[in-house]
Amino acid sequence: MVLTFVGATGTNRMAQQASWTKKDLTGIEELSRAEIEFLFTQADQFLPALAPGKGLDLMKGRTVVNLFLEPSTRTRTAFEISAKKLGAEVVSINTTASSLVKGETLRDTAMNIRAMGVDAIVMRHSSAGSARYLGSVLDISVINAGDGAHEHPTQALLDAFTLRQRFGKVQGLKVTILGDILFSRVARSNILCLSKLGAEVTLAGPATLVPASLKQAFPQVRIVHDLKEALQDCDAVMLLRIQHERQTTTHFPSLGEYTSQFGLNAERAAWLKPEAIVMHPGPINRGVEVESEVADGPRSVILEQVRNGVAVRMAVLNLCTGAIAR
Amino acid sequence: MNPADHSPLWIRGARVIDPSAKRDEAKGDVFALDGLIVEKLSAADQAKARIIDGQGLVVAPGFVDLNCRLGEPGRSARETVRSGTRAAAAGGFTTLVAMPDSLPAADNVGTLQLLREICSRDASVRVLPTGTLTKGHEGKALAPLGSMKKAGVVAVTDTTSGVQNNEIMRRALEYAAMFDLVVLDHCQDSSMTEGAQMHEGAWSLRLGVRGWPRAAEEIVASSDCLLAELTKARIHLQHLSSGGSAEIVRRAKAKKLAVTSEVSALHLLLTDASLANYPTSLKTNPPLREEADRLALIAALIDGTIDAICSDHSPCAATEKDCEFDLAPFGAATLETAFAAAHTAVVAGGHADLALLLARLTCGPAKALGLAAGTLRAGAAADLVLLDPKAAWKPVAADLYSNSGNNPLLGHALTGRIQATFVGARQVHGA
Repeated sequence: MVLTFVGATGTNRMAQQASWTKKDLTGIEELSRAEIEFLFTQADQFLPALAPGKGLDLMKGRTVVNLFLEPSTRTRTAFEISAKKLGAEVVSINTTASSLVKGETLRDTAMNIRAMGVDAIVMRHSSAGSARYLGSVLDISVINAGDGAHEHPTQALLDAFTLRQRFGKVQGLKVTILGDILFSRVARSNILCLSKLGAEVTLAGPATLVPASLKQAFPQVRIVHDLKEALQDCDAVMLLRIQHERQTTTHFPSLGEYTSQFGLNAERAAWLKPEAIVMHPGPINRGVEVESEVADGPRSVILEQVRNGVAVRMAVLNLCTGAIAR
Repeated sequence: MNPADHSPLWIRGARVIDPSAKRDEAKGDVFALDGLIVEKLSAADQAKARIIDGQGLVVAPGFVDLNCRLGEPGRSARETVRSGTRAAAAGGFTTLVAMPDSLPAADNVGTLQLLREICSRDASVRVLPTGTLTKGHEGKALAPLGSMKKAGVVAVTDTTSGVQNNEIMRRALEYAAMFDLVVLDHCQDSSMTEGAQMHEGAWSLRLGVRGWPRAAEEIVASSDCLLAELTKARIHLQHLSSGGSAEIVRRAKAKKLAVTSEVSALHLLLTDASLANYPTSLKTNPPLREEADRLALIAALIDGTIDAICSDHSPCAATEKDCEFDLAPFGAATLETAFAAAHTAVVAGGHADLALLLARLTCGPAKALGLAAGTLRAGAAADLVLLDPKAAWKPVAADLYSNSGNNPLLGHALTGRIQATFVGARQVHGA
């Protein structure tokens, strides 16, 4: 399908209805491969709009609320810019400004926002399943910007989009996800997204953060606790941030111990295939899961991920809000 | 509670199942007079008896629930004695053993007297109180067990707080045994369940929800059995959820330890796969586990390792459950659907016959706590249920008597339904 954004937004809306019917993006689990690929073709179209001074008016007159109940800089900013590049108005609500601290329920907060005539709510929340809950409560679009340790679908989409950009396709790629899998919504969404697109996923890290039982939850993955084995034949390694705020002290002895066993430095990066790339969802803990020489080195696509994140989120916002009949 | 109905009652032509007497008659009669079961009625009493046609139905002893909460005192937004016992009557339960985690907790004689007063005024069925094992069920200092025994408690328990300290548990068992009080224990090692919201397994990993391993229950089930051996005291393990716990109890019973156990009806019916869409109504403590656990629990129910099916009725207000999964309180409102859930899983599921199921709802729990209930023997209170094992139905919120908003089986296809319930021969449910 060819999408053009010159004039006639009405016909674009009609064209997209054929391939995208979801008002919400709550998780990768709910998406089909065809939907993911359709979304990527739309994100491709949005890349030129990322240049300074460029922008579109597909969402002119619409309002997007960023409801961030957990700290975030990158994801919230990327969503703000994505909405603005589409011509939408954006209001951001963060934890401290929120009335949730006064005891209002999530349902009431969301219903109030909806009553003000909003088209979409982008939510980050510490509770797994909260985006699905909100999506079932509201008749406007709900976009999950991270729900607890459950999913972070736009991160996985931008990661796969970046792989597709680098390698031409995702099908058949070998991708290693390294680090804190147990507590990571990025890992969950990536496992689902990469598998749906035909990549082979390896999970690596300490046994407490990458337990063997993950194989029961995700039978398609390979689990490895030896770093060399995890790195030597992959096309891409995704490093996950070690999340001090989520781990209790029982999952590994210390940050130093983690770095000594699983930190990616130049010496270990040499185990990678020559064309293999290094990815990271950010924010990076330099000197913990990755050394600067790798994060800033030629294999790193970290800033491409950030840039692609805007295009992918533009596609998500445009498709989901467009799926609601007006 | 309403006084017994002294007029004669004759339930005629029903299948009579009384597991306490190994009685299973395809077509029989049950008679009551002065609120008690009698073997027969005189011709004069027969002539003026209320006759109920039991054609096609089953008459059995009223059910005995060893684990439920009625909201009062202190949590009347969730449930009241009036609504909870009316729900119990609709579910076929005529004797309820109420957990002591009210507000304030039943850790003193005054609170027990208050509960007794509320029940004498509002209860539709018999309510037997329990007291906490430790003050405020905080697991630190023993509650006044002797005084509470005098005030009528039938058992003591710290309910879902559990007792985390083995020394306190040991002394509590010894002290309770002196008053012939059974200790009911909720098996949960809380150091392993901090932040846990559901069974630890494939589903918790997929859903990104902090998991609650079987071992957190089995470790305490094991230590309870060891302490039962040490103290020779009576201990009853509450709402087992894992196949491993059942195996631990099986071994304890083989050693002739004074250990009994129960399972909630919901755990016989459902597994953690039901949590795939984060339904807060199915967030329970203990959590629903895997199919292998469910089948092991049914097997343990059949071989007698598990003595009783309980409702584990834990009412919550609808607003409390209308929120994010991890913020919702634990608990399901189950009194009205426990029989149907267990019947659907065990009997309709082809694992055992109705008589076995009824044994675990009547004489099984009565014997575990030494209660004079759960029997149709002459001279016993005429606490009866009349049920239709073939009735297929789906619970609807508007039909439920419980004030709580967290029955997890609304819309769920169930078979087996209570038609009428009698306490002391007085009809408390049914047309």
